[in-house]
Amino acid sequence: MNTKEALYNFCLRLADNNIVLGQRLAEWCSRGPILEEDLAMTNISLDLFGEAESMYEYATTLVNNNSTADHLAFLRSEREYFNNLLVEQPNGDFAQTMMKQVLFSAFAKHLYEALCNSNDETLKGLAAKALKETKYHLRHSSEWIIRFGNGTEESMRRTQFALNELWRFTDDMFVMNEVDEELISMGISFNLNDIQAKWKFTISEIFAEANLQMPEATNIIKGGSKGIHTEHLGHLLCEMQYLQRAHPGATW
Amino acid sequence: MTDEQKLAKFEARILAGEKIEPKDWMPEAYSKTLLRQMSQHAHSEVIGMQPESNWVLRAPSLRAKKILLAKIQDEGGHGLYLYSAAETFGIDRAEMIEQLQTGKAKYSSVFNYPTLNWADIGAIGWLVDGAAIVNQTMLAKCSYGPYSRAMIRICKEEGFHQRQGYEIMAKMMTGTAAQKEMAQDAMNRWWWPALMMFGPHDAESVHTSESMRWKIKVESNDKLRQRFVNRTVEQAHHIGLTVPDANLKYNKETMNWEFSEINWDEFWAVVKGNGPCNHQRMAHHIKYHNEGAWVREAAIAYENKLQQKQKTTV
Repeated sequence: MNTKEALYNFCLRLADNNIVLGQRLAEWCSRGPILEEDLAMTNISLDLFGEAESMYEYATTLVNNNSTADHLAFLRSEREYFNNLLVEQPNGDFAQTMMKQVLFSAFAKHLYEALCNSNDETLKGLAAKALKETKYHLRHSSEWIIRFGNGTEESMRRTQFALNELWRFTDDMFVMNEVDEELISMGISFNLNDIQAKWKFTISEIFAEANLQMPEATNIIKGGSKGIHTEHLGHLLCEMQYLQRAHPGATW
Repeated sequence: MTDEQKLAKFEARILAGEKIEPKDWMPEAYSKTLLRQMSQHAHSEVIGMQPESNWVLRAPSLRAKKILLAKIQDEGGHGLYLYSAAETFGIDRAEMIEQLQTGKAKYSSVFNYPTLNWADIGAIGWLVDGAAIVNQTMLAKCSYGPYSRAMIRICKEEGFHQRQGYEIMAKMMTGTAAQKEMAQDAMNRWWWPALMMFGPHDAESVHTSESMRWKIKVESNDKLRQRFVNRTVEQAHHIGLTVPDANLKYNKETMNWEFSEINWDEFWAVVKGNGPCNHQRMAHHIKYHNEGAWVREAAIAYENKLQQKQKTTV
């Protein structure tokens, strides 16, 4: 795998995470627990779609096949998607949605911080822009987790349950393969083990403040970076890609 | 000052074009009408998120998805500041939501129609928001300060919504046969509900005359509806859409597009709860409001604990 190919794949991985989580958050539209949160979730969703779009656009410049960001978003199947398993999990209740957001945004924050030192200028720029938004997403979701952990018995129970349910998908975010090896050797990306250590520190602090117990590591599942997903992704893409698939070649 | 003197002073202020502010004296009928209208308007923004969110997951491009997400957020934001403006009458949002869910308060009937294909998103932006702008531009001149100011802000964003809706329709009308068919289908289904948004004929509108005197409304339903038709017919023709009205014709003398009588039976049926989506919209609102109850309770419990802590540390 040469550097360009590795970078292309890496951009897809970043963009796919954003688009899949963005799609999940958009599912909350008109369904939020209060109007302000309805807006917050679609706002975060909008940020994520924007980040995905710029990352796809960069990816298209790395290959010579006339593809566009829309092609990458709407015409790849689930085996060609490289997002982490965490983001494709169904929303569940509001506690699970916020928990997923904390787990992902803490990861994204440390990854983007590292990528701000990338040797690839474009990636560096994209990471810097995404970092600003990600910090807000992390703050917003961690505030809810802390609120729930110190709220009612029900909110505590739901939040601990959310953590227990989602924990099994977190190792998947730090899996490295030949893409990472190539990019690390070129100083374009960084060792995800280091990101994992920082991530763990960040979430531990939040969970301590929310009185949450770290779950036992059982039934750990991985596979996103190889395009091996949970059953949920296919349905998400099916809905998202419906019009592009049903009307090939149409412009909208 | 007697109530009669107060009323005379109030009406003189309105006649002079002054704005009435929350702390000013106002007749009960004035505040009652405005509260009814403003809460109805806020609820409309919120319920209006439902037919649009029906397509947010299936938006056909990244650009379309971003625009739709931003638009729905705008609508929710309008809901928020209209609720705040209505709260100037001493009612809180929770109470207004309860009135909505028990049927005491209404929302715009137009959202009781379904969004069945992607062009419906275009039609809502172009026709529904287009009709709303005509009405809201008028309301921006209304005599109640908080409502008037909210309308000025909202109108700016609605202008953007209308353009994006028209753009969706225009793009589809230059697309494949299937796309054109979808656009015309959406036009056929949304044209009449959009005209109904202006309400009954002036002669039959129960609230019109007093509302006009107090400048809650400054123009009549029929006049506003005609303005909308004149504006929209030409836009439809420009992109090749047919207006679903065999009697539509231009009158050179009045410079108006004349149109058929609205199906008032349908209008009243939908207002009274028998539209295609009345039940669905309310059931949706109640379901997610109830599902979110534990979140609101947790937030309050947390706030209370924080306050307790602050008290004990002081």
